Amino acid sequence: MSALAWLTQLLEVLAALALAPLFLGWVNACRAWLQNRSAPSLLLPYHGIRKLFHKDAVIADCASPLFRMAPYVVFGAMVAAAAVIPSMGTGLPFRSAADAIALVGLFAIARVFMSLAAMDIGTAFGTLGARREMMVGFLAEPALLMVIFVASLISATTALPLIAERLAVQAPALYPSLAFTAVAFTMVLLAENARIPVDNPATHLELTMIHEAMLLEYSARHLALMEWAAALKLFNYACIGFALFVPWGTSLGDAGLGALAISIPVLAGKLAVAGVWLALLETVSAKLRVFRAPEFLSTAFLFAVLGLLVHLLLGA
Amino acid sequence: MGPLASPLNACLVLLVGWAALGLAGLARPASVAFVGRVLFPLGALIGLLLALVALTSLGSTPETVTLVIGLPDLPMHLRLDALSRVFLLLLGSTATGVSLFASGYFRQGQGTAPGLLGLQYHLFLASMGFVLLADDAYAFMVAWETMALTSYFLVTAQHGIPEIRSAGFLYLLMAHVGAIAILLSFGVMQGGTWLFSFDAMRASTLSTPWATVAFLLALFGFGAKAGLLPLHVWLPEAHPAAPSPVSALMSGVMLKTAIYGMLRVSFDLLGDPLWWWGLILLGLGLATAIFGVVFAAVQSDMKRLLAYSSVENVGVLFTGIGLAIVFHGVGMPALATLALIAVLYHALNHAFMKSLLFLGTGAVLHATGERNLGRLGGLIHRMPWTAWLTLVGVLAIAGLPPLNGFVSEWLLLQAFLFSHEVPKPFVNMLLPLGAAMVALAAALAGYVMVKFFGIIFLGQPREPTLAKAHDVDGLEKAGLLWLAVGCVLLGLLPNQVIAALSHATTELIGSAPDLDAQSWWLLAPLPERALSYSPVILLAVIVAVVALTFLVVRAVYRRPVRRAPPWDCGFVRIDPRMQDTAEGFGQPIRHIFTGFFAMERDLPSPLDVAPRYRVTVTDRIWRGLYLPIGGIVQRLTDSVAWLQQGRISVYLTYSFVTLVILLAVML
Repeated sequence: MSALAWLTQLLEVLAALALAPLFLGWVNACRAWLQNRSAPSLLLPYHGIRKLFHKDAVIADCASPLFRMAPYVVFGAMVAAAAVIPSMGTGLPFRSAADAIALVGLFAIARVFMSLAAMDIGTAFGTLGARREMMVGFLAEPALLMVIFVASLISATTALPLIAERLAVQAPALYPSLAFTAVAFTMVLLAENARIPVDNPATHLELTMIHEAMLLEYSARHLALMEWAAALKLFNYACIGFALFVPWGTSLGDAGLGALAISIPVLAGKLAVAGVWLALLETVSAKLRVFRAPEFLSTAFLFAVLGLLVHLLLGA
Repeated sequence: MGPLASPLNACLVLLVGWAALGLAGLARPASVAFVGRVLFPLGALIGLLLALVALTSLGSTPETVTLVIGLPDLPMHLRLDALSRVFLLLLGSTATGVSLFASGYFRQGQGTAPGLLGLQYHLFLASMGFVLLADDAYAFMVAWETMALTSYFLVTAQHGIPEIRSAGFLYLLMAHVGAIAILLSFGVMQGGTWLFSFDAMRASTLSTPWATVAFLLALFGFGAKAGLLPLHVWLPEAHPAAPSPVSALMSGVMLKTAIYGMLRVSFDLLGDPLWWWGLILLGLGLATAIFGVVFAAVQSDMKRLLAYSSVENVGVLFTGIGLAIVFHGVGMPALATLALIAVLYHALNHAFMKSLLFLGTGAVLHATGERNLGRLGGLIHRMPWTAWLTLVGVLAIAGLPPLNGFVSEWLLLQAFLFSHEVPKPFVNMLLPLGAAMVALAAALAGYVMVKFFGIIFLGQPREPTLAKAHDVDGLEKAGLLWLAVGCVLLGLLPNQVIAALSHATTELIGSAPDLDAQSWWLLAPLPERALSYSPVILLAVIVAVVALTFLVVRAVYRRPVRRAPPWDCGFVRIDPRMQDTAEGFGQPIRHIFTGFFAMERDLPSPLDVAPRYRVTVTDRIWRGLYLPIGGIVQRLTDSVAWLQQGRISVYLTYSFVTLVILLAVML
């Protein structure tokens, strides 16, 4: 492993940690502009996290150690996920340690621990949120795996950095299968990150909330870690999307310092566009009833399967 | 030490040792102290030795021995080869943990006396060992039936309860229907030679139709034992009825003997399985997996939930065997090996995970006397050891890296990923969709396990009596710990495990995975294809990040932690009854998979003064298949019931008429 690979690795993890709240702020700001509201500061998520870190932690009487442990595990899983997603360069030292299936497993760790922590206090909202989160999870996870499978079939590997590398060097051809899976992936991204139309991050409306219901009992540093992990998850998903569908501009293999330097503004540009796109999607769609979420996600799953079939039929 | 130097003899001595321990229990049948504190730990020791013998001899050549007992023309043949060794390793290592736990578990009760229970338990273990060693149809069937009978008696240990008796009867019935099919399968496989040793079956070549008949009979027989759809009905009845260590053995090990039988028949006795047999297994396996996990999600009895989860895992195992047969049949040895390794690995994993979970429910059952999820909750405070060790099993079976369940899932998904290369049109399009089904089953297993753990151990106690629950003691703790450590190690050392299992694949299909011996930490089963996974590094990264985060937060953040009552949303009082119940947690599944269930709902009207909400979910297959078959059998037996007159003179007349007819035929 060259020093450059380790530099890329370090840079990616630090960038994910630092940029994730900014990306969240950018999406929120875009959404506000699209809805003719005056936007909050782009830095609002940072303020929120900082504020939370300076508060007294209040924990329920009946909380078990699992409840206090969960934010660290969730945060750790998200950082580990960021380490194997090629957001800037593909020559990552950790790329052989966890392929895309293991990446889905990392997201599952975070989801399971968050749900267990939500059930730990034993309030009605916590279990309700856990149940809904797991429902969204078991529908979204196979869809995400199918999306990854299509890309793996095209590039003959399941390691995400290699997928990005092989897709990026191929002649820019139009893959109909990838078009289908891109739709599926976008739907999974919205569902998994508690965005409209599956969940609404902006409200605490008890009938509809999923993600927020699980965090109700958290405060201070634990909540800060959970919020940060949620921002990281959105960032990670965006970067998976870039690796699968727009891998161009990332530093490939050992392409040198120059390519890495170029990849940073490229990533920023992609994130800016992705933020606008997400905000647009969220603005034009309405929140679904919780019972409609399975339909939404099974549509995503079917799109991914369709992508698979298209790939096998057309070989493209 | 002379004769013991041979692994087969050592195995034989150990299995006879188990039987002897059981007989020793008859000396003082009423003494819990003697049976529990002496015999069961010794049984655990024998299990450990058996696992060691199997493990150390994995690479050696097959060994055979012919016993002096048996039929006049057919003495019992035994054979110890790599496949047997892998499953003996599974049996021995799982039995170690379960026996340790059981030594503290069995108490004086209304049911079977401890000594008798010990006899049944140890004979059950020994008979499973003999199933794995048998090398002729007779020895196999004797061991197989001993296994069925001893486990029947163990299931009905609490025979005073009518439900348990009927569950036991259903189990016995299914076991025998399956055994008949296996017997018939052997009958077909001897191929007119009338030689019933497995060697003769290996040597004989069957025509395609007969080979298919033998395969389908074996599939029926072993499928009934394993719980393949639609023969799964006994599992959710028998597992809750049995004492928990017995459930652990039945689910963890006995189901695997059926997997062993299926592998033995398909790859060894029949020789080269036809590729399209694999499609049958694949279809049945996937249907079973989805069916099992969906039903597991709506259960409210914790042991029934685990039983349905076993149905799911059996489905996954059969899916893997099917995939291996397809790959093998079309001449893709590397991928066949991958699928077969996934099957063996998953069998080993499931033995550890499911035994651990069943023992966990046993501990909860002892501490609270409650199997119903709706009356549990908050036990992580009262039973921390049980809770945290069970959590390991829960995370493992939910397929989370870096634990063991993920490794076999990963291998199976990788095998599926290359299934589009199968040179059969149309089939190669359908096969990758199996990966979607496996992924769905795995994700649903996560749902089921969050429900299982969350409702039993987390939240607040739903009943006041739970405050008196006590944690497991020394030997029970040791049993749980053994299995939990096994789950972790199987997850962290995939290369070592696969290297051990590859002896069996070499034997069955003549091909072993090409592991990179240089990097013990990196699993890359197909070197020419870029796929790899390293649980050790993954775990190290997660632990490092968590530790670093914790230290940084601690260093920066010096505010105290305050304890307060949970937020009550402005209500006057929230109580534990307001938590989600097991039924509530299963509600999304009932909503999404409505078509799977036969549901009966009693919804109260808004004006009801004493409203009661009740929903019962039952298996459509029970009503659609078993009750009609039962009805037909009933009508047939009714139609010949007039023969049964109940008078001895009539029966003597029958004998006389029979003799006359026989004489007439003979002369």
